[in-house]
Amino acid sequence: MKPFAAILFKDIVIEMRSKESIGSMLMFGILVLVIFMFAFDSTGIDKSLLGPGELWVAFSFAAILGLNRSLSMEIDNDCLQGLLLAPLTRGELYLAKVASNFTFMIIAEFIVLPVFFVLNNLSFDQRFLGIAGISVVGTLGIAAVGTILSTISANTRMKEVMLPILQIPLTVPVVIAAVEATSQILNNDDPEISAWLTILAGFSIVYLTVSYLVFEFAVEE
Amino acid sequence: MKLRILALLTLITMIPALYMIFLYAPTEATQGHAQRIFYIHVPLAVIGAYGSALLLFIGSLGFLITRNFKWDRFGACAAEMGVVFTSAQLLTAMMWAKPIWGTWYTFDSRGTLQVILLLIFISYFMLRSYLPDREKRAKLCGVFGLLGMVNVPINYLSIYLFRTQHPQAVVSPGGGGVDPEMATTLLVSFIAVTVLYIYVLVRRLTIAKVEEEVDYLTQVVLAHE
Repeated sequence: MKPFAAILFKDIVIEMRSKESIGSMLMFGILVLVIFMFAFDSTGIDKSLLGPGELWVAFSFAAILGLNRSLSMEIDNDCLQGLLLAPLTRGELYLAKVASNFTFMIIAEFIVLPVFFVLNNLSFDQRFLGIAGISVVGTLGIAAVGTILSTISANTRMKEVMLPILQIPLTVPVVIAAVEATSQILNNDDPEISAWLTILAGFSIVYLTVSYLVFEFAVEE
Repeated sequence: MKLRILALLTLITMIPALYMIFLYAPTEATQGHAQRIFYIHVPLAVIGAYGSALLLFIGSLGFLITRNFKWDRFGACAAEMGVVFTSAQLLTAMMWAKPIWGTWYTFDSRGTLQVILLLIFISYFMLRSYLPDREKRAKLCGVFGLLGMVNVPINYLSIYLFRTQHPQAVVSPGGGGVDPEMATTLLVSFIAVTVLYIYVLVRRLTIAKVEEEVDYLTQVVLAHE
């Protein structure tokens, strides 16, 4: 597990020095929420009905921003060559990248989430904890599929454009399940979210396994 | 020769299928003539959309395992067929839904799945066109095709769960018992669409092979100049 930890550590150090990934995801997430506020505030529509969609639009688009950075950073200076020479399998390299992407996304989301609560005038009770929990599971799914797709898109001519085109159709199950679970928590006193959590967890497991097996083909020269 | 036989077979099956759809099958009691679109819509969905998804999956997996470009071509052609047949199937769904539901499109479970499947097929193509190098294209598209098609069952599950939690205001065509004449018509139509699919796929595969040869020869000529 030592190379795994080393790659994760390297990514965290780079991020702590540059603050590019988290900073852009955070800013973008908050901007999306503010735009939704402008768009829907005057309509008088119940905020707890719109909220879940708003939140997950912000999360999933912000995630794409972070994922785009994560692999293109390695390719720009041929750092990927170095990573491929590291003493670990391609699958483990994938898992290390998922871990670092997941960490950055979740940090940004945990700052956006309170902003969401404040903008929508919600109180910080167990609902906050519930939505935070769903964010963790949902973000794992997005990171699992996003890491391998960002590797694919980093090889194409139009990197930044390609990633959302590849990723958004594939993350539909995550978005549906996460939005529904969030809306159950916001609107029901007795939320039923076990089915949605199963889909989120199942999605993550399936994609982590498949990508672990095929990552080798995505990075091969 | 193979192509001629397939073309002939398509013609032979398509004419009786059309005859049965428009003349032989009884008019449905509540939906009237609009229901006849169902005979062409269902085969398009099953053979065209899900069939292409399965073939793309096989093609992607086949390439990743064997590294034979034959499989890459196969996957690309299957995805192309997927775009055409899924679009056709969505169009027939809209033509049916406007008079029956009163709306062109509604986000019911199957319809949503088809739209997302179409989007995945299209994004597979965009990926192909942004990758100039043949080997890299085959590898990365193989990975994406595999990931995309693994998505289909999960997608179906989530959408199905999503919609059945709401009251269904939709009557699905052919639900319950089906008149034997209707069943025969559907069967003939299924055979016709399957033969049509195979014919177009085989034809496309032949063209794809020629395309690749032309590409190769162009490169050889360019290298000599």
